[in-house]
Amino acid sequence: MTFSPQLEARFDKLLKSYPPGRQRSAMIPMLMYAQDEVGHITDELVEEVARRVGVTPLQVNEVLSYYSMLHRQPLGKFHVQICTNISCQLHDGDKLWEHACKKLGIGHKETTADGQISLEEVECMGACSWAPAVQVNYDFHHFVTPGKLDELLDGLRKKP
Amino acid sequence: MLYNQPSPLETRVLTRRFGNADSATLAGYLRTEGYQGFLKAAKMTPDEVINEVKASNLRGRGGAGFPTGMKWSFVPRTSPKPKYIVVNADESEPGTCKDRVLMENDPHQLIEGVLIAGLSVDAHVGYIYIRGEYRYLIEVMDKAIAEAYEGGWLGKNIQGTGFDFDLYTHSGAGAYECGEESALLESLEGKRGIPRIRPPFPAVAGAFQSPTVLNNVETFCAVPAILRDGGAAFAALGVPKAGGTKMTCLTGHVNKPGVYELKLGFPVQQMIEEVGGGIRNGKKLKAFIPGGSSCPVLTAAEVEGATMDYDSMAARKTMLGSGGVIIMDENTCMVKAALRIMRFYAHESCGWCIPCREGTTWLKKILTRFHEGGGVKSDIPLIGDLAKNMLGRTFCPLGDAAAMPTISIVEKFKHEFEEHLNGRPCPYEAVTV
Repeated sequence: MTFSPQLEARFDKLLKSYPPGRQRSAMIPMLMYAQDEVGHITDELVEEVARRVGVTPLQVNEVLSYYSMLHRQPLGKFHVQICTNISCQLHDGDKLWEHACKKLGIGHKETTADGQISLEEVECMGACSWAPAVQVNYDFHHFVTPGKLDELLDGLRKKP
Repeated sequence: MLYNQPSPLETRVLTRRFGNADSATLAGYLRTEGYQGFLKAAKMTPDEVINEVKASNLRGRGGAGFPTGMKWSFVPRTSPKPKYIVVNADESEPGTCKDRVLMENDPHQLIEGVLIAGLSVDAHVGYIYIRGEYRYLIEVMDKAIAEAYEGGWLGKNIQGTGFDFDLYTHSGAGAYECGEESALLESLEGKRGIPRIRPPFPAVAGAFQSPTVLNNVETFCAVPAILRDGGAAFAALGVPKAGGTKMTCLTGHVNKPGVYELKLGFPVQQMIEEVGGGIRNGKKLKAFIPGGSSCPVLTAAEVEGATMDYDSMAARKTMLGSGGVIIMDENTCMVKAALRIMRFYAHESCGWCIPCREGTTWLKKILTRFHEGGGVKSDIPLIGDLAKNMLGRTFCPLGDAAAMPTISIVEKFKHEFEEHLNGRPCPYEAVTV
């Protein structure tokens, strides 16, 4: 597989970060960074990362299935993650979640028909004092109300 | 960047640079006594460094509260194996969002803390394990690390001291369990985040089966001030047996939620009323969680006279934990709160230990049915029994973390469970704030 020069540089750095013979350590960060570029974890990507860190594709699959942020299926262009854990729930994060489902007409881990937006109800993302919190891809949004979420979602659709 | 206004009641040690426009840069750090603790430590023997940390009464800030100096002293310095420093930046205990602001606003403070730990145990390599959701903080730390290399604060012969140290960031990929130290080490080695049986502890066999110092971000961030100003000065800020300040995240039903740095021993009621601006909409306090959703819940009556420190919380049969304070007002449904907490642990249980995997799943099912109005009277003792049978029966504390809040809620708020009986839907749900 070919990756961007930036990602290749990142891979090189990762593979040099761990003690000799411990290149397997780079597997999870490599999958995370590669996923951003490829979109999701494809079979081809699994094989490529396995080859580079010196394990079998089966071993990569076995590890990646454990981690909630590594996706084997394609996601929408915008991955909208809404926290409903306790601190967010106390600020109506659960109602915000229901609002998002209704507005987009999709549920947990589903993607809109146009392939633009994926929705996921997530566990604590570390924004508890600024609840309820939403993450769009890697961007945090704090103190999100249903009105603000509407604006946010409408804005995403208009993005090029 | 700060996400809430600071409070005048804060004691700013770890957050002393917060608000400076250049707080995250090397220049801004050096201008404000940055790396002075490291330079001092470099002239001391490893034992002197560890003794200074012991004198500070610093205890682990990730939740367990283990004395840091003692933890460092367990590392066999003369072992022929390489030693490692690992930073736990997998902040994911519900209610906790403090390591995020520490890394974002003062990344060099963390680097300096790691360097001092390296000096004390003869380690020359460190890893910062950052949860995947904090991608922007990986960029922040990578930038600070690059600046530190450029400025001669990382790499070979740091500032002519003869000490070498290399530091790397490592991305997690979404797993609460990886905040547990042995699971984190498994994950760092490119495996599923499943806990290891202990002993041996990480001090003896940690990263790559080598001696390892593993601490929370906040713990490392406290170390530069301890070396710079002396352990005694840090100890004097806190209470006997626990020195310094605690990054405290006020979450839930307060007027001014936010992350605040408070002296250990800060009175809980003053914290809610004055730092947090009181309970939202003039309501009364119903329940209080001192440090993340794993802690047993306190009632409003139990909070009276409590202070934010390890001993005061232990006396109330709960824990100071991670500093993630969760405040629930009088309209909160405690069955719903217990359910949401259990849903989390059921989702995050790694499945390795059966009491945790099965216990959290069954408790989630029972609590879901109960909250929806399908509960029967015998469910109430069943919830407590199931949870109690998880305690102490798992490799790592996740099973306990799921059981403890559940046991405390079902015991202290039994009447709310009874009010949900007989097919009645949640009596609190109709109340919206």
